[in-house]
Amino acid sequence: MRHGKWPLIVTFLVPPVLLYVVFVVSPYLQAFQISTTDWLGYSADANFVGLENFRNLWRDDYVWNALQNNAILLVLVPVVTIVLGLFFSSMLTMGGRKGRAGIGGVRGTAFYRTVYFFPQVLSVVIIALLWKEVYHPNKGLLTSALNGIGLSAPTWLGDPATAFWCVLAVMVWSNVGFYVVLFGAAMSAIPKEIYEAVMLDGASRLTTLRKVTIPLLWDTVQVAWVYLAIFALDGFILVQLMTNGGPNFSTDVIGVRMYDTAFGSETKFGYASAMGVVMFFLTLSVAVLALRAGRRERIELS
Amino acid sequence: MNRRDILRRTAAAGLLATPAAGLLAGCATGGGDDSDGTDAYQGTKSEQNPLGVKEDAPLEVVIFSGGFGEEYAKAHEAMYTERYPKATIKHSATQEISKTLQPRFVDGTPPDVVNNSGAGQIDFNGLVSQNALADLGELLDAPSLDVPGKKVRDTLLPGAVEVGSYDGRFLVLNYTYTVYGIWHSTKLLTERNWAYGKTWDDHIALCRQIKAAGIAPWTYAGIHPRYMSWPLISTAIKFGGPQVAMAIDNLEPNAWKSDAMKTAADAWHQIVKDKFILEGSPGLDHKQSQTAWSQGKAAFISCGSWLEAEQKDVTPAGFDMAVQPTPSLGSGDKLPFEAIRGTAGEPFMVPAKAKNVAGGLEYFRTMLSRKGAQDFTKKVSSLTVVAGASEGVELPHGLSTVVKALDASGANGFNWVYNNYYRKLERNLVDAACGEFFSGRIGPAEFLDQCQKGADSIAQDSSITKYKRT
Repeated sequence: MRHGKWPLIVTFLVPPVLLYVVFVVSPYLQAFQISTTDWLGYSADANFVGLENFRNLWRDDYVWNALQNNAILLVLVPVVTIVLGLFFSSMLTMGGRKGRAGIGGVRGTAFYRTVYFFPQVLSVVIIALLWKEVYHPNKGLLTSALNGIGLSAPTWLGDPATAFWCVLAVMVWSNVGFYVVLFGAAMSAIPKEIYEAVMLDGASRLTTLRKVTIPLLWDTVQVAWVYLAIFALDGFILVQLMTNGGPNFSTDVIGVRMYDTAFGSETKFGYASAMGVVMFFLTLSVAVLALRAGRRERIELS
Repeated sequence: MNRRDILRRTAAAGLLATPAAGLLAGCATGGGDDSDGTDAYQGTKSEQNPLGVKEDAPLEVVIFSGGFGEEYAKAHEAMYTERYPKATIKHSATQEISKTLQPRFVDGTPPDVVNNSGAGQIDFNGLVSQNALADLGELLDAPSLDVPGKKVRDTLLPGAVEVGSYDGRFLVLNYTYTVYGIWHSTKLLTERNWAYGKTWDDHIALCRQIKAAGIAPWTYAGIHPRYMSWPLISTAIKFGGPQVAMAIDNLEPNAWKSDAMKTAADAWHQIVKDKFILEGSPGLDHKQSQTAWSQGKAAFISCGSWLEAEQKDVTPAGFDMAVQPTPSLGSGDKLPFEAIRGTAGEPFMVPAKAKNVAGGLEYFRTMLSRKGAQDFTKKVSSLTVVAGASEGVELPHGLSTVVKALDASGANGFNWVYNNYYRKLERNLVDAACGEFFSGRIGPAEFLDQCQKGADSIAQDSSITKYKRT
């Protein structure tokens, strides 16, 4: 066995690690270095400016505005997505009772499961363009539907009062399907006997979900939380394609601000890297916090 | 290792790989020797070859493939190789100029000619302040290719050189000549027997009539509301004279709150207050609003003269689009009604570190020849900065009204360049203010305050190089 170890390591581990170091780790390290310069991106010259970029970030109202939006997303996207995901997946795996002992989903479970997963199949770019048309203020699906029943519709993405919530809704819509499947898979791993016992004791569906399902799913929920939190701190592709941060910066997120600073209306790569560094630490701390805060006693099933 | 450990480690690994945007700023700064073109191609200058082009030096041209396509450039390249048969031209076209070329600028191996345009345009302030652009001054003093006895400089329309100049150095060749005005369908106006209002009061009266007829008088690109800053600033300049624009370009304190700007903003607020704007416009992008306009849902739209080419596919037959200057505020206006904003657009540049700078300049000389300019106008229905090059070319309806408007405007034509100096100010800050103003969420005073705040933030930012215009 021993003589076969090295060829395996060399062929299967070294290339991916090398690729990872070259294309992921090294750009990250460089971003740290660039964030301490005033590099403008189109020459090889850059001056070291220390923490100047970070001081400017602290005073930059547009950055604070973007961070505030990220913070709202950070709270709402995971909560709404997880609640909806748990609701749908529990309906699909144990929603139907049909008056008999035994656990099953509501009628048409297989169909729903497929439909919920649709958004996951589409690329994010397609989702953004699709919803841009749905939100079209004159002939979009939503406006037409509201007009059809005699209500007036807002201008959706054109109004700072609604644009942010429109984007948030798309974020939840595009994510929920995946978590339905994820939670569904975790739920089917829960032994049926537990549910049968709970049913014999006469617990309602809500109590079952709250007292039995969620505690047993806690690890999965926690992972979902971390992923969704990271997604909420990023949110770049959807926002950039749907609103590019507008109107009047009402949907701006830190990722869009960074992109705009480097590739959009300016070429301040040093300053943009500083935003990237801040984003890196924010994401890291949010993830660590989410994992710490979610720590509970583990329930062993066997 | 139990399941929980695996999950936790997966989550931690995911952390390192997830924020997609985080990677974007992480480009390498490593490359780039400062050879400053020691291995650049250089030929001997002569009467036939005033720029000193090396005959067999290859030339690389990168074109922005937007509304104009890339066929016109291939024609210019063919004209170049006709004169220098030994030269090979490497042609490429992209929509993402900055993302494609940024690494090559850093590396010190940029192409020789770049058409820096479109949404992925590289900010010129950044390029100029890093000395990344070659001085094109020599080109202006070279003789024109096919207008005997004239230098290239003397064949250009007024203002063409100024737009591409930064502190007196001519660095950017803006090739097209664009007119900014208010567009309408001649068919719509003649059918209904409406006449374009030359004064603001007439304009408002007409808007009222149009609205009564069940058509929205105005629409605009709510996602890119800066399109509406153009007629507003134009109105102010016509009211207060060109120094209104000069003050804005030079970031003078309270330039946006000048009396002329206040009067203009108050006037334009009328179309918002009286609901003359197509409902839902704040949520439309430029294509959607222009299409609504082409479909006759709105009568007026603010745009530049690229509009006709951009709308080619959706314009109904007999629509006959036409451009008009902004209405005069009154008899006190410093400039007559006919005065219109005309400026050179569609920027081309030669990077300072290009291998074949002389070839790049020569390529520009080819573009600026009468033959090159005429071919461009024929191919893409747009004017060039070469004076009189559209003569003898059959123009589509919209463009012929552009030529007429330019003739009528004559020496009263005006322009501003703050959008070239400080891209962020127009694209981000004034843009956002226009969005609030034209959707009716803020009034004229707050609108100008917000613009001024944006201009002040640029003025106070020491990392942005400032330029002055006189």
